[in-house]
Amino acid sequence: MSVPITTAPVRATAVGLPPLHELTLTINGVEKRLQTAPWTSLLDLLREYLDLTGTKKGCDHGQCGACTVLVDGTRINSCLTLAVMKDGCHVTTIEGLSQSDALHPVQAAFIEHDAFQCGYCTPGQICSAVGLISEGHAKNTDDIRELMSGNICRCGAYPGIVAAVEQVLKNEELGMKNKELKMAG
Amino acid sequence: MNSFTYTRAEAVATAVHETTADPTAKFIAGGTNLLDLMKENVERPDRLVDITRLPLQQIENLPDGGLRLGALATNAHTAYHPEVARRYPLLSKAILAGASAQLRNMATDGGNLMQRTRCYYFYDTATPCNKREPGTGCSAVGGYNRIHAILGTSESCIATHPSDMCVALAALEAVVNVTGPDGERRIPFTEFHRLPGDAPQFDNTLRPGELITSLDLPPQGFARHYTYLKLRDRASYAFALVSVAVGLELDGDTIREARVALGGVAHMPWRQPEAEALLQGQPATTEHFQRVAEALLRGAKGYSANTFKIELAKRAIVRALGLATSMQQPTYSV
Repeated sequence: MSVPITTAPVRATAVGLPPLHELTLTINGVEKRLQTAPWTSLLDLLREYLDLTGTKKGCDHGQCGACTVLVDGTRINSCLTLAVMKDGCHVTTIEGLSQSDALHPVQAAFIEHDAFQCGYCTPGQICSAVGLISEGHAKNTDDIRELMSGNICRCGAYPGIVAAVEQVLKNEELGMKNKELKMAG
Repeated sequence: MNSFTYTRAEAVATAVHETTADPTAKFIAGGTNLLDLMKENVERPDRLVDITRLPLQQIENLPDGGLRLGALATNAHTAYHPEVARRYPLLSKAILAGASAQLRNMATDGGNLMQRTRCYYFYDTATPCNKREPGTGCSAVGGYNRIHAILGTSESCIATHPSDMCVALAALEAVVNVTGPDGERRIPFTEFHRLPGDAPQFDNTLRPGELITSLDLPPQGFARHYTYLKLRDRASYAFALVSVAVGLELDGDTIREARVALGGVAHMPWRQPEAEALLQGQPATTEHFQRVAEALLRGAKGYSANTFKIELAKRAIVRALGLATSMQQPTYSV
């Protein structure tokens, strides 16, 4: 006699639901009220609960940088951050970098300089580069390499990535110089 | 990761009280090491006390001419702080030699002291490890021990402390301010971490419930002659096999004061004031540097895969002292 197969889902038994903490995050400019278990990482919140799958899970241990996002303008590894701890913060993901159809300068530079192949590390690379530029510590190519060392690319697109970041930094510098010239009259 | 209760501390006293009352509770700030360990089930706290909103982020001058680093100041903020960069560049360089930009943006100064070893046996819950589970044995001693210690080891544990910042703090003789259920304490940096002995499960000398509130840097920052030399398998984003923090006070070619601390070789940053004293009043020459190197590595013991560290450390010390004297920077430094 065959074992009867039940189609009803097995109910959870003794273990209750996790406590849900309320938090407010402004994500790509939009304020969101959320409820999450305390152990949910910011990365999982973005990908699983908000369908913002642009940010990638590479290693989930802070070693590859694929999960890099900007929190209050600062680049961090979202896999090593609990969502609840970022209550009240502004989060910018790769989805939030472009303004409607216009690409962010870093995105445009990545295309121009062939800075990706499979594209998996790319959202993290771009968010990290945006963070690097705003930090303002990279003075030359070696600095860019060193300060981007938290983002790994298995396809080896590093030369293109560095060239793209270098170009954006140069354009920014030119932009500043032009501003100064304009202001000088 | 195990399920846990999460609370946010609004005051230092509450934070201390919560963790004293519950021995399975842990503070969380940057979380860059703790969450990693929780994902590996090495750490399984029942309760996390979020201390990130406590007023411990300031970096401010001390009346004696030193500098106080709030425990919650991030590593990045500290490294790039104008007063740190100007008066304690050794500390800046050491911090920037570690981890990645993203991690430095999250990691806190207090947390950097608290980070645990990256010994892969410690991380692997399927293997014996006296640090993780006292009494089970040390898998590294007879195993693959390339990244492990050569100084201050015991049969119980040959793990290293992985921090770069701590090597500089040891050289600078920082003081750790902590508060706990029994009040406040000041712990000289070289007494904060411990050697494994027969109780490797304890990384440091903090008592239950104690919270680091700040780190005090003394007035002497060795800003004119310093270097942080880090040797590792990759050009960046890797832990040190051997690292050396040097601070020198020079009078012409004569050394008036020297500090030399080693990373990557022991359960804590390695300093031997008797070895440093060999340089006092001496000319800054290779011959004297070599003498210090020999003294500092006295008693070094290699294991099957890390004996290379002994000679490497000696040469690194000589190189670092030379760099600090001439103020040429190592190849990779930002």
